[in-house]
Amino acid sequence: MPWTKIQADEAGRPGIFGASAGTARELSYRDAIKEALAQALERDKRVFLIGEGIDDPGGVFGTTVGLKEKFGRDRVMDMPIAENGLTGVVNGAAMTGMHPVMIHMRVDFLPMAMDQMVNHAAKWSYMTAGRVKVPVTFRAIVGRGWGSAAQHSQSLQSLFAHIPGIQVLMPASPYDAKGMLLSSIAGDRPTLIIEHRWLYDQTEAVPEDPYFVPSGKALVRRPGKDITIVATSYMVYEAMRAAAELEKADISAEVIDLRSIQPLDGNAIIDSVKKTGRLIAADMGWKLCGVSAEVAAIAAEHAHDKLKAPVRRITLPATPTPASNVLEKAYYPTFEDIVRTAKEMIGNV
Amino acid sequence: MRKEISKDILQKLFTTMLTIRTVEERVAELYSEQEMKCPVHLCTGQEAIAAGVCSHLAKDDTIFSTHRSHGHCIAKGMDLKPLVAELYGRTTGCARGKGGSMHLVAPELGIPGTTAIVGGCIPLAVGAALSSVLQGKRGQVSVAFFGDGAVDEGTFYESMNFASLKGLPVVFVCENNNYATNSPQSARQPAVPIVDRAPAYGIPGVAADGNDVLAVHRAAGEAIERARNGAGPTLLEFRTYRWKGHVGPTSDIESGCRPADEHEEWLRRCPLDRFKAYLREKDLLSQHDMNHVTVEVERLVNDAIEFGKKGPFPDAAELYDHVW
Ligand SMILES: Cc1ncc(C[n+]2csc(CCOP(=O)(O)OP(=O)(O)O)c2C)c(N)n1
Ligand SMILES: [Mg+2]
Repeated sequence: MPWTKIQADEAGRPGIFGASAGTARELSYRDAIKEALAQALERDKRVFLIGEGIDDPGGVFGTTVGLKEKFGRDRVMDMPIAENGLTGVVNGAAMTGMHPVMIHMRVDFLPMAMDQMVNHAAKWSYMTAGRVKVPVTFRAIVGRGWGSAAQHSQSLQSLFAHIPGIQVLMPASPYDAKGMLLSSIAGDRPTLIIEHRWLYDQTEAVPEDPYFVPSGKALVRRPGKDITIVATSYMVYEAMRAAAELEKADISAEVIDLRSIQPLDGNAIIDSVKKTGRLIAADMGWKLCGVSAEVAAIAAEHAHDKLKAPVRRITLPATPTPASNVLEKAYYPTFEDIVRTAKEMIGNV
Repeated sequence: MRKEISKDILQKLFTTMLTIRTVEERVAELYSEQEMKCPVHLCTGQEAIAAGVCSHLAKDDTIFSTHRSHGHCIAKGMDLKPLVAELYGRTTGCARGKGGSMHLVAPELGIPGTTAIVGGCIPLAVGAALSSVLQGKRGQVSVAFFGDGAVDEGTFYESMNFASLKGLPVVFVCENNNYATNSPQSARQPAVPIVDRAPAYGIPGVAADGNDVLAVHRAAGEAIERARNGAGPTLLEFRTYRWKGHVGPTSDIESGCRPADEHEEWLRRCPLDRFKAYLREKDLLSQHDMNHVTVEVERLVNDAIEFGKKGPFPDAAELYDHVW
């Protein structure tokens, strides 16, 4: 798939997570994921990776390159194009002692596996009163750009976050990508990790030793006092750019990286909104019943009296993704939309 | 050439079938009290398959089953008390009342759970087989029990494909009772025998009379042996018939779901009566021994029901436990 190598729209994008202090080692998001997988395989015999073409030379956008050679085909497995059946297989393996990692090149393939993820993985602990756990990790990647179109670019976190019993994590930084993947693999909860293709070249200081980033904890990426921007995954990047832009107009924006959608860190949102009095929810999904709706509802439920302006949401328009470059540009919101919205809310247009 | 079946095994098969029959009949009887507040899918009439297959399984072999799983769990060795208590929704149930009839569980006995999503259990059993291979547990076997309805589902084919590809120690056991709820097989599938679908995946398919426990025992024995020896999966199809309606304690014949003569014909093929007649005729189990087993089974079932009924209900606060 040569087109996956093309990154025209990303050219020259600055990093958002800042230069590392001193001599700390920097890794890309891609390499942070690969390192986490290698360390998990190294340390834990129960871990194996499985996914369509994960052992091919491209190695899932570089995140699995060389792992089959190092750990063998029993632990880094190609699989038939049978997402629901094979999700059942990894669920069954997880119920009986393994800690599998199933990798999907696109989030869009997850609906094929909905039954095994929603009806089985997410339910098993509860149905068995905690007697049987399903320690499985699913990685799925959001594609974007170059005409990826309607079936290769969806961001379906809301579909899964709705379901009690399956964690939904969306790391935006290399540090989180590694730490969340490692904690999910080591833990005993079924977990979906949604990555974004456009984050793969981001770099950041990443410790070499394994470490865990827990679920259910949002992170203040940038403190501020006039407005809160709660963002997910790639939208964290747009939010950080927007905050830098707003600073020039003397608006101090606080950026919260939600990181974990299920469980959700409501307190982080409430605390920030109590301080700033204004909230923008910026999600990569759609508006209706989306993550942005949940963020807005939390503010309405718990910080209503502190809101100085109605909550605003930056999401995808209510259409499937178009292919044409012109339409794609119209489809995706950018930092400019966040900046404009923030200025409107503050009355500084 | 048929291998002799030991007297112990014959007695075990009889005891298991009788236990399943007795539990199901007692559940049907007590259901109208409305104290078992969950749907029950009874396997009355299908007991020979669970008994025949599980008679070859050791404790650390794994089974996965469906909405109609009482028989499989009993045959795999599940204690009747937590089983019945689960139907009554008590904390003494195998899942503290979180699962009900359709989600029985006993991981320490190789029952990691049962699923009420048709076709869901098939890949789970393949996963358990993969797990045993990856963990180097040679000789361990995994069994998927499912109905003819699950053969309509994609997971059936996806599972056979993968299990064959990897040569996994799994046995696919299809209990073909000709119905998925009220739809006959002919309304849902072309007239291709279910077993004939296995060779397309390089898997042997073996059909046998599901109401003849010795035929089941024989076919399952060979398939399980193959799996244990690393020779890969087998698909078994056992023709059988459920006596009760799809769900609940009553018959569905009066309401026109199935033809009465068909039902009567299958009642005459009762797997338990057939086995009893065989045992008596061949003088393998005396009437005295049979009576003895019957009394013992009834005592165990009565104890289980008493246990189930007197267990405590969960505290409402337990609602939030076990999500993770
Ligand atoms: C995916 C799914 N679709 C539909 C149902 C509703 N349903 C429950 S049992 C059943 C029939 C199953 O038939 P079969 O697999 O032959 O098992 P049997 O009930 O005959 O033992 C159906 C359609 C379900 N539980 N799951
Ligand atoms: Mg059926």
